[in-house]
Order: sequence, then structure tokens, then C-alpha cells
Amino acid sequence: MTRAWLRRNGWAWNEEVEVIPGTTELMWQGRRIPAFELPLTAPVSGTVYGVALNDAEALARLDAVFHGPPYNRPPQAPVLYIKPANTVIGPDAPIPVPDGVEQLTVAPALGAVFGRTAARVDEQEALAYVLGYTIVLDVSVPRQDWYRPAVAEQARDGFCPIGPWIVESTAVANPNQLRVEVFVDGERRLAHSTASAVRTLPRLISEVTSFMTLYPGDVLLAGVPADAPLVRAGQRVRAAIEGVGVLENPLVAESQAAAHYTAADARPPVFDLPPDGRWLP
Amino acid sequence: MRRARVAYQGAIHYAIVEEGRLRLPDGRLVGEEEVVWLPPFTPGTAFALGLNYADHAGELAFHPPKEPLVFLKGPNTWVGHRGQTVKPRDVTFMHYECELAVVIGRGGKHISRERAYDHIAGYTVANDYAFRDYLENFYRPNLRVKNRDASTPIGPCLVDKDDIPDAMNLSLRTYVNGELRQEGCTRDMIFDIPFLIAHISQWLTLRPGDVILTGTPRGATPVSVGDEVVTEIDGIGRLVNFVAADG
Repeated sequence: MTRAWLRRNGWAWNEEVEVIPGTTELMWQGRRIPAFELPLTAPVSGTVYGVALNDAEALARLDAVFHGPPYNRPPQAPVLYIKPANTVIGPDAPIPVPDGVEQLTVAPALGAVFGRTAARVDEQEALAYVLGYTIVLDVSVPRQDWYRPAVAEQARDGFCPIGPWIVESTAVANPNQLRVEVFVDGERRLAHSTASAVRTLPRLISEVTSFMTLYPGDVLLAGVPADAPLVRAGQRVRAAIEGVGVLENPLVAESQAAAHYTAADARPPVFDLPPDGRWLP
Repeated sequence: MRRARVAYQGAIHYAIVEEGRLRLPDGRLVGEEEVVWLPPFTPGTAFALGLNYADHAGELAFHPPKEPLVFLKGPNTWVGHRGQTVKPRDVTFMHYECELAVVIGRGGKHISRERAYDHIAGYTVANDYAFRDYLENFYRPNLRVKNRDASTPIGPCLVDKDDIPDAMNLSLRTYVNGELRQEGCTRDMIFDIPFLIAHISQWLTLRPGDVILTGTPRGATPVSVGDEVVTEIDGIGRLVNFVAADG
């Protein structure tokens, strides 16, 4: 049994469950049930940080490009980006394919969910700050350019499915040695290992927290592989990470995606003023 | 109305500025020096603009961008009025950037330029410090330059939109230890506020509490440990920050 935390669709808080390793079943409220019986939403509410070019193969392939303009030299520090709150959706929620966009890349990532405030953390201590792991599908409009931030490509609504749950960190012996697979309509399109990371997760946590505090509930992606599958509206994508679980989402044309939502946004509003700016003491 | 968020006597309060003093929700009136100033609201997603004033773009030897250069900032980066921002030991070029911050009050997607002001709650001042020694040509300006802890002073107050008849004609100034170092006017933005709201909301749904830092004019210069940096926008506020040593 592995301790995990999930969030039922429509609920604003997480509950503790036990998932049964090697199966897609879990113990929920004393009953053993298949996970798909429980509609879920994203189990996190913090900030989601991604890391580009943390894959050794991806970096090696681009080495010549990165020695020329406008880059001039390969990246020295982790290449970070933010997946803002509007991008986060849960398991089975449709990923909207924007009008005028033919294909999207869906990159699987191991998401480290923080359980303690992490600032200026040593590499040796880093994993002690991780509550557990989840699966993140880092969706993007394809772009082969790293010079400017890719907000228009990476930050669209629904471009960051997360789930199905957070498994306790102790259930994952080595986050730098996990098999990652992506299936599109049942066909395997990617087989990858977190072992190909340029920076291991502890190294990454140490470098990131040297200037940026990560708070409980924040998610740091351990990196994305070089050959993320291209997908289009009408397809279903499924990412599996060894020891963590399976996350599946359909891709739906943006104009039709809204109709697929069955529950209100479960993320609590961050704004503490009512929309008209008036006080409600 | 000018709205502040402050810590006072062990609790966090929303307060309203009345003739230089702060009115707490329970009616107490306290002095500005008696409180700890916090960011005046809890920012949601923060969009920041690079090179949005032609004079600043020219100063950095860039051609004015053809479309807005937008980057994002995380919640770790905010610090309130009269707070401290650390200058790391290995940094030479820590530059202030006085910016008008536009706070979204009503969410929406595909907001038209004509309706953009209907979606604004108010305005405040941000000092979007850059630590240019850490610039790299990947997702430039990278988070190490622009998203360090407590490196974006914001405040002192959130000023209601209706109190500012023309946000596109406000003077901005930065003083370091009392000396005027940066001066500009929001009318010189390359992409104006309605354009930015329309542009960003064509990609994604803006939500109440999201904030847009609209860029800085020319005049960025390095600051040193111990400096008092005041970023000021007419009608919006005067935001004070102190540059602190690391460790």
C-alpha cells in the first residue's frame, strides 16, 4: 500500500487514500475501488514551475544551435518557466486545442510536490522537502525557439493537466530512475527515463531554491523529454510514471472544450478583493 | 480609494488611507509608520512586460519589439512598501524598474480593447528589479534575473481604477537616496494598457487578482547595498524599498 493524496472533482481539498502498487486500484473510505470510479481534479494548488532543456539528449542535439546566435552559449542555470494557475486541470479534463492551432506537444514530467518551505536547500537535503510525486502533462504549442519566454505557447488555459494523485515520496525509491511512458489513443509514442536529466531532482531543487523559495503545495517539474509526442483534437493522451500512476486527458477543440467541464473550477480564488474593488469586511 | 494591506499589532488588516493615516476595518486609525506594509492584495498570475517603452528599449540596444515581450513572475517575488530586497554578493547590475501595475478585477478571455478598462480593479506601483548579471539567452529575461525572492516591491496601495481618469498619462520617477535617476510617462508605452489586456486574454483567461506590470522607461542604473530606492507614479503612490546585503 502506498499513501497518496487525491482531490475529488468539485472538492477544494485533498484527502488521504492508499493506492495499491502495480494496479490502478485504491482504498478509499474503506473500500477497494478502481481509480476511474472516482472523478478527480488536480491535487495541487501551488505554483507550478517547469524546467526546459534538462534532458541530456535534447541538449546534446541542440549544442551547435546553442553555440550560435542568439544564444551564444548553452544554458548555464536551469531554464525555468511558470505554468500559471489558468493552465492547471485535473485527470480526464479536456485539454483545449486553441483555434487555429493544428497540433500540440504533450510532454510528460515527474512533478515534485513540496511539503515544506524550501529556501536555499542543500542538494543532500533536498528530497526531504518533497511531500510526494505526481504526474504532469506539460502541454505547449510547438515552438523551436528558446530565446524569449514562451508564455503564448505554454500558458494557455488547460495546458497543465496534473494528477491523478500525489504519492508519498517514500514510495519512490529514486526519482532519478523512473520509467516514463506516453500513449496516444492507446499507442505508445514515448518511452523515457528520468535518468536522462542533466540535473537530478535534488540538484535542481538546490539550484532553484538558491534564489527562489518553493512553498508547500508548489510543484517543480523534474524536466521534459526531447521527443514529446505531437497530438491533435480528438485524441486521448495517457502518461504513466513508474510508481506514481497514470494520468489521462482527452484533447478537444477549444470551441467545444467548455461543454466538457462538469464541475466548477475547484481551485479557490486567489483574489481577496471582490471584483468591483469594494470591501466585504 | 487607496487600499492597503498591513500587519499591525500581531494581525493582518486591510486598511484604507485617510489623510496620511490608515483606517482599519474596525475603525482604528493608525499611523503609516506604526504598521508593516504588505503587498496591497494577493497577486494571482503576474504578467510582466519587457522593453515596453521605446526609450528603454533603445537604451538596452534593442529595436522596439513588434509584439509585447511578456514574462511571468511567481508569488515568491513580492515584497511590500518599505521592505528590503537583497542584493546578492556576486551581482553588480541590480537595476530598479519603476512600473505601473494594472490589477485585474474582473476575469475574462478574448477581452476587446474597447472593454479592457471594465476589467481593471485598480493600479499600484511596482519596482520590477532586474539582476542583470544573471541574464542568459534562454527564456530571457530568465527567472533568476526577474523572479528572485522579495525582489519585486509592490504598493503601497491599490488605487481604485475610477480614481485615475487617464492611466495612460502618468509620470513615473525613481529616486535613489533622494536623487532623481529615472523619469518617464505612461503615454510612452509601446503597447498600451488596453492592448496588453486584449493581447494576453487572447491566449488565456485573465482572472481577478492577476496583475500586469507594464514595463519601465529609460534610466535604469545600478543600486548598492544600503540604498533607499523610491519608485513613484503620479496619483498612484510612492513606493519605498531598501537594498539589503546578502546573508
